[in-house]
Amino acid sequence: MRDRALIFAGLFLFVAIVTCPLWWGIAARTSTQGPELKLAEGKTCVAPADYMRASHMQFLIDWRDGKVRQHHSQYTAYNGAHYNVSLTNTCLGQCHGSKKQFCDQCHSYVAISTPSCWDCHQDVSGKTATMATAAVPGRMP
Amino acid sequence: MKITRMNFLRVLGGAVLAAGAGKFVKGIGDAAQTPSGVPGAKNFATAGGATGGDRAPKRWGMAIDFGKCGKGCNDCMRACRSAHNVPQIPDANHEIKWIWEEPYEKVFPYQRTDYERQDLVGRPLLVLCNHCADPPCTRVCPTQATWKRDDGIVMMDYHRCIGCRYCVAGCPYGSRSFNWVDPRPYIETMNPQFPTRTKGVVEKCNFCEERLADGLLPACVEACSQKALVFGDLNDENSAVRQALKSRYAMQRTPELGTGPSVFYLT
Repeated sequence: MRDRALIFAGLFLFVAIVTCPLWWGIAARTSTQGPELKLAEGKTCVAPADYMRASHMQFLIDWRDGKVRQHHSQYTAYNGAHYNVSLTNTCLGQCHGSKKQFCDQCHSYVAISTPSCWDCHQDVSGKTATMATAAVPGRMP
Repeated sequence: MKITRMNFLRVLGGAVLAAGAGKFVKGIGDAAQTPSGVPGAKNFATAGGATGGDRAPKRWGMAIDFGKCGKGCNDCMRACRSAHNVPQIPDANHEIKWIWEEPYEKVFPYQRTDYERQDLVGRPLLVLCNHCADPPCTRVCPTQATWKRDDGIVMMDYHRCIGCRYCVAGCPYGSRSFNWVDPRPYIETMNPQFPTRTKGVVEKCNFCEERLADGLLPACVEACSQKALVFGDLNDENSAVRQALKSRYAMQRTPELGTGPSVFYLT
């Protein structure tokens, strides 16, 4: 047992190196800080929160395919509310603000890369209201 | 091993029980996993009756009046660019075209005569996707990213487009453009109501299907101050476009290809 000090020092060093990402996270206050979502008050989502938490990407894919491929531009939620099928103008514009405020918080917390939605869809909350009135309505004959 | 009658019955009984148990467990699992709030097909509806239901299918079409168009304005093209976030890329190799101008000789290459009508030679004519009755572009698409809707619009699904450019090669009218570069820096005014495209997908005119769903005319038709663009349902005898075609001489671009363009040119 003459090497006791050496062995324990080595063990301590090993544990310290293996667990250093944890200490690092705690020191930087990133591990302990969960996402803080600011939700629009008095509004309910298009589907129950549990479902959205687990399957929001599947939900968005259903919306996408319905709108683009089957001309489904209206969606009736489980509670009877009607929504326009639109990522930018309904999801972000009506409730969730912006990609940074909503999507990115959880995606970066759990280190899941943001899907390619935003390469094309616009992250422009706040500007929608002014632009919506810009179109001059000329009804179909 | 010799199978006795008793062993055979035992195995059979066990198998029936196992199969039944599997279904039973799956049934419980399904019931637990699909609460009433989970969305399904019942939740979706179509606005503007685009699918038509039991009504006769539409065929959206356009007629461009030679005489009224070509006054040197570009209202239609500007309206289209701002409605659909179409970029203006200076490099001609990377150009994105939804509605643009080509000289008469290129639009109607087989209509030429030995002694040409002088006011037509070199005259810029408006061209856009013809939304063909039998579109070659949709046939060659390997991913069904482009297809013909039942209202006649040749639609693009940018989500499915893999950028193979078969459709660009298949279109005889050059109506499709490929995004060689990220188009966002080249968009003049961003319309948040409509998405942009991304590098690596093909795009083209969509006959303003998003406006038609809201009961609006296409942006180019609405913007034309000369009323040179007539739009309507080609299957409806009383539509504006059919009325125009009844009384005027009209041409389609290279109809001998059998594509059946839905865009007509009134001379």
